[in-house]
Amino acid sequence: MARTVIPIGPYHPLQEEPEFFKLIVEGEKVLDIEINLGYNHRGIEQLCEQKHYDQLAYVVERICGICSTSHPFAHVNCVEDLLGIQIPERALYIRTIIGELERLHSHLLWLGLAGHFIGYNTVWMWAWKHREIVLDIFEKISGNRQNYAMMKIGGVRRDIDDADIPWVKAKLNELVPALKLFKGAVEDDPVIHARTKGVGILPKDKAREYCVVGPTARASGINIDIRRDEPYAAYDKVDWKVVVFESCDVYAKAMVRIMEMFESFNIVMQCLDKLPKGEIDAKVAEIPPGEGIGRHEAPRGEVFHYVRSDGTNRPARYKVRAPSYVNIASNKIVAVGQTISDAALTLAAVDPCYCCTERMAAVNTKGKLVYTADDLIKMSQEKTRKLREKYRR
Amino acid sequence: MVCRGNWRSNGVNVAREIQIHFGDKLKSIEERSRKRIYVEVEREHIPAFAKLIIKVLGARFITASGVHTPNGFEILYHFSFDGLNKIVTAKTYLDAKKPEIETISNIIEAANWIEREMWELLGINFRNHPNLKRLLLDDDWPEGDYPLRHEKK
Repeated sequence: MARTVIPIGPYHPLQEEPEFFKLIVEGEKVLDIEINLGYNHRGIEQLCEQKHYDQLAYVVERICGICSTSHPFAHVNCVEDLLGIQIPERALYIRTIIGELERLHSHLLWLGLAGHFIGYNTVWMWAWKHREIVLDIFEKISGNRQNYAMMKIGGVRRDIDDADIPWVKAKLNELVPALKLFKGAVEDDPVIHARTKGVGILPKDKAREYCVVGPTARASGINIDIRRDEPYAAYDKVDWKVVVFESCDVYAKAMVRIMEMFESFNIVMQCLDKLPKGEIDAKVAEIPPGEGIGRHEAPRGEVFHYVRSDGTNRPARYKVRAPSYVNIASNKIVAVGQTISDAALTLAAVDPCYCCTERMAAVNTKGKLVYTADDLIKMSQEKTRKLREKYRR
Repeated sequence: MVCRGNWRSNGVNVAREIQIHFGDKLKSIEERSRKRIYVEVEREHIPAFAKLIIKVLGARFITASGVHTPNGFEILYHFSFDGLNKIVTAKTYLDAKKPEIETISNIIEAANWIEREMWELLGINFRNHPNLKRLLLDDDWPEGDYPLRHEKK
């Protein structure tokens, strides 16, 4: 049978993690995948060497558009590792609250898009509707729905007003019925099971080989979470648990994210209850020479930052490793052997940025357009429709 | 051989384990805090060290940082011991004129991309890498121009 090359991507100006998947397919089956990166390479590491430390938090905040506090969080952990200083308790709790609210909105965004890809547009609209609750809370706390600019070396930039706390809690409580609804839908719907169970398997040994992190690793039975394994901020002062699923498929990845949202909700609520009084900034004057490493468990997994200081007000070297850098590489394992109608969901299951997935187009070897992005999503949705009819009978 | 600090976590002393298994091939080992261990390894021993720390001691490869300094090149390989709350960073120095080292991507697949990245951004050659081609830079980017090198232009 003739082989067809399906390019997925590569470029969209809104992409937060740009990628280009070249699927080699025979009929409906994916035989091989080639992954190319770099279409939105902005040279942030080099840029970081030209900025002084006060500006750095803002630069790294702009690495990612969805989880915009992940990189500043890892950045402050990193520079504080170099400094070896104590951060005021209140600042640690505020950092934790911001980090967990971000996980909530990021997972809801993923859930909505995953719903859209399998043809559940109601899930899409509902998940994004409930995501607004979290964004409203961000607006109340920081003034911004995205790019909150809360992190600062030595503390946080803004305090949470104690008078706002009851409002924030009431708002968050509105989210719980929605989370339960999503959990019930994914756990009970036979069509969702048919579309996600046994699909896009990343076996545990392969997951270790590709060193995947975050929900991608935890869905493959690897029990790692930086929040527990290297306790920072206030994560060791509240009760929560790491969610691990063993089935390695798309279903496990969805369930890990859904169950994590409940944990995030618990963490935020506990932090709001326990929020200590006091300073929010340790007032760091200068950065001595040395090296520092900082990590943060972002919604997609471990963010890693390394800094080397030569004693000036600019870093001599700044290294950033985002979680998708390792997670996307694992698509080589999960996509091969799948059908194209599962490709949209499988590639999206590691939660890369979606703008690229939206720009799918299929071209055959002579350059003739076979499928567009919409066609691939439609194929996926059509598969769900057929399954629904089958189950209705 | 320099050895400072002696932190333990969960009864396992990571620094001690590394010393036992890798012994005299280490140039130095330093525990800068409870969570961070920095070791220095000669460049020819890096694949053996990676094999030991991943396959024997069970570490997870995080990433590697290539650094261009006034004296030449350094690569820092970062490994995480997740259950023990430690990061081990293995530092190695490369030749300033002809930076070159053996690949570790045949030991751990996750090193594949980062080695390609260091190759294109810093001009460090990785011997026996299976697929040493550009990862981030455009094909039109001039040959021999390495963005992360600190060279006076």
